[in-house]
Amino acid sequence: MMEFIEWLASTSSSVALRESLYLYPWIESAHVLFIAIFFGTLLFVDLRLSGYVFKELSITEMNKKVLPLTIIGFILMCLTGFLLFYAIPIRNYQNLFFRIKIILMIIAGLNAYYFHRTMNRESKTWDKDSHIPFVMKFSAVSSLLLWSLVIISGRMIAYNWFDCDRQPQSEIINFLTSCIVETELYESLDGI
Amino acid sequence: MESNQILEIIYILEDSFIGEYVRSSLWLFPVIQSFHLIGLGILGGSVVLGDFRLLGILFRSESVSYVILQTKLWFNIGLFTLVITGVPLFLSEAVKCYYSRAFWIKISCLILGVIFVYFVRNPTALKSRNNFLLKFIGSVSFSLWVVTAASGRWIGFS
Repeated sequence: MMEFIEWLASTSSSVALRESLYLYPWIESAHVLFIAIFFGTLLFVDLRLSGYVFKELSITEMNKKVLPLTIIGFILMCLTGFLLFYAIPIRNYQNLFFRIKIILMIIAGLNAYYFHRTMNRESKTWDKDSHIPFVMKFSAVSSLLLWSLVIISGRMIAYNWFDCDRQPQSEIINFLTSCIVETELYESLDGI
Repeated sequence: MESNQILEIIYILEDSFIGEYVRSSLWLFPVIQSFHLIGLGILGGSVVLGDFRLLGILFRSESVSYVILQTKLWFNIGLFTLVITGVPLFLSEAVKCYYSRAFWIKISCLILGVIFVYFVRNPTALKSRNNFLLKFIGSVSFSLWVVTAASGRWIGFS
């Protein structure tokens, strides 16, 4: 994996992106805007499911109207997100928060998959009803919570508290970030 | 007010208790920033849904006033979250903000955006049936919020 990441970092467009003065901040700003579109529209989908807004629309209608925008936001968010990763691949790959974020995204993805599978199968019985099954409400709230955590961990990627080039770190941190540290280097400093 | 008087106030704000407190902590600034982003998502959702209805892109079979009424509360919640988290972020680096062009662009668009939404967009959306006017209002509102959010992100780069 590390070899692949190193190769990514060595590609000319990665170098160009990394060294660009304005392109990186522009992509970053776009990423934030797409997060707002994705998270904001998802919020309303989940609020409808919990029965707080747009009660006059059925859940399927609400999803049909809003979800395409959520998906567009998601795709653009991922695209800009990938470019941000691609600009600084090695540092991101070994960043603790980046790893936490990816895991949280996978969990959020599984939750969304479970949700829509159940929704497609069972929604006919409770679509217009105000009594949505508890598991579905739970899944909707979890989705918001998970994506909030994704946003928080994403924001933290910018901070280098646990980065490989900041040693000494605890062994657990170096394990979680796949950092290879020459410990002898530090041991020899002990006497000073 | 002369500019050095403004700068004096800016220094007082930066030296305020909250400013000091946020600066002294390693974690606080990024954590507040994260919640600022979540607030942006909440506000963003209601702006997108409302403005896209005004533009005729979303909720075409629902009335404009219905969509605005459904999203209004969450606009307020989003704005509240953004202000409550934005103020300590500003206080912790008030002097930097003062010298940042992105900050002034952001604040200007934010104030314009808030005034526009409460006094122009929402009242018009609840009454008017003039599609051209509604589309115009929707595009002005959406642009103001896009610039506010994007220039806000740029404060961090300056």
